[in-house]
Amino acid sequence: MTETLTAPAAGRAPRRIAGRVKAAACLFVLFALMPPLAAALDDPFWILIGTRFLAYAIAAMALDLILGYGAMVSFGHAAYLGFGTYAVAILSSYGIHDLSLQILAGIAVSALFALVTGAISLRTRGVYFIMITLAFGQMAFFFFISLSAYGGDDGYGLTQRSSLFGFDLTGRDGALYYVTLALLIGLFALCHRIVNSRFGRVLTGIRENPVRMEAVGFAPFRYQLTAFIISGCITSIAGVILANQAQFVSPAFMSWHRSGELIVMVVLGGVGTLAGPIAGAVAALTLEEGLGALSEHWKLFFGLFLVLMVLFSPRGLTGLLEKTGLMRGKS
Amino acid sequence: MTGLTVRNLNKSFGALKVTDDVSLEVAPGELHAIIGPNGAGKTTLISQLSGQLASDSGTVNLGGRDITRMPMPGRVRLGLARSFQITSVLPGFTALENVALAVQARKGSSFRFFAPVATEAALNDAAMRALAEAGLDDRAHVLARSLSHGEHRRLELAIALATDPKVLLLDEPLAGVGGEDADAFVDRLRRFKGRLTMVLIEHDMDAVFKLADRVSVLVYGQIIASGAPEDVRNDPAVRAAYLGDEHGEAA
Repeated sequence: MTETLTAPAAGRAPRRIAGRVKAAACLFVLFALMPPLAAALDDPFWILIGTRFLAYAIAAMALDLILGYGAMVSFGHAAYLGFGTYAVAILSSYGIHDLSLQILAGIAVSALFALVTGAISLRTRGVYFIMITLAFGQMAFFFFISLSAYGGDDGYGLTQRSSLFGFDLTGRDGALYYVTLALLIGLFALCHRIVNSRFGRVLTGIRENPVRMEAVGFAPFRYQLTAFIISGCITSIAGVILANQAQFVSPAFMSWHRSGELIVMVVLGGVGTLAGPIAGAVAALTLEEGLGALSEHWKLFFGLFLVLMVLFSPRGLTGLLEKTGLMRGKS
Repeated sequence: MTGLTVRNLNKSFGALKVTDDVSLEVAPGELHAIIGPNGAGKTTLISQLSGQLASDSGTVNLGGRDITRMPMPGRVRLGLARSFQITSVLPGFTALENVALAVQARKGSSFRFFAPVATEAALNDAAMRALAEAGLDDRAHVLARSLSHGEHRRLELAIALATDPKVLLLDEPLAGVGGEDADAFVDRLRRFKGRLTMVLIEHDMDAVFKLADRVSVLVYGQIIASGAPEDVRNDPAVRAAYLGDEHGEAA
């Protein structure tokens, strides 16, 4: 009896979670092997591209935290990418090149923006929530369009990259790549802890049935808002990386197209799985690069692929892998 | 022991008066049944008492404390829990997880982001006790969406019990449950008598007259009679409005 009392739910869920952690670990190993491989193939260009992939993987995973686990479809998440990129641009224009300070600044602005816009957006549900987050995202977008000191619409070039603990990342694509990978792994571990914590269980419960949650004594708003803020802050870290990767910032990072792309990455990878959106980001950007090289109408084929994916595997790449048993999802 | 006092409670949906000047006195420890024909406004009344619906006017008083304007989560923390007529659980959670969440709501902060919740013994143990009391401990690790209808009704009860209520609002807990299942359920509720104050809405008249200390009859949003089961059964107005002469003769 005591064994059944203290043992976690012996059903499918823990095994599925373990499978996903394993899948994420496999992805991380592949990511770690990528730079030497690119160097061996004499294609170091891929290291810089890869950094972009990893940054979007962070953003997609952060969006999944609220979209997948909290059923909050934010259509304005690119704003947080933007806060991260401009944190780099603005601080470095004042001579502050330290990556950790830039990340902190991006997080601070994002937390404030998420607190205010989230508190308002969470008064609505469903499609209204999507629209109001889109509207706030556009407001941030147009704010930076009109920020002429930093180039406005044209963007702002960075003369150098950030430094990490005094180590300058300028001209060191490999180092930037591994810094990004370390951030991705650390943030995945953080998100994984969060969704399996007390807080995560409440968040998931609200997704499943908010009225029931109120009837056992939880006021959903504060938990949803907290998750919304956490997600925005993590997304801004991806923005800090993107500014360093491109050595250029512009409002294009925060356009609503970008918000849509983040949602596509989450859906493609598998909603509510954390590891899935990481794979989704890589898959979406690989398709973009690959199809883009083949045809200028690549978006048409990408759209077709997305439709097929949603029709035949609503749980995205994760669902596909679990169905084929590769992730040992089924008990 | 905590009682529940309702004074002149009203609720209208547009021109339709669903709760019409309802006053109720539920004494500490008693099981108070509310019966009435379909559409009498029973579920609306429960929703007002639980705080899911705001009342237009009147007061609700829990153990001497005015809770009329308090939202549902606050009332639950004060010890006023409800079960739903139409099963309302978390389908993607196991039975144990459903109940453990109700325990978590009253045990410690839920703003804990790092420690894994699935292995918190204090939550799981209390949840198992509630499941055992509701007769569902053998199905603890089954996903709620895979449970049968009767098991859903027991899960509803277990979740409500896990909030550690002083006053329990039961909205047709026996809906769709028949035979031995229903008998076992009635036995379970009888065991809570004296320990919990209960407000029971139920269509199963056998269950009502077996369990209730007092019965109130709700018709078109109004309480037309209130008293001991025998008195209510023999009340001519009640027989005319609801029970029908047939039932009166049979009893």
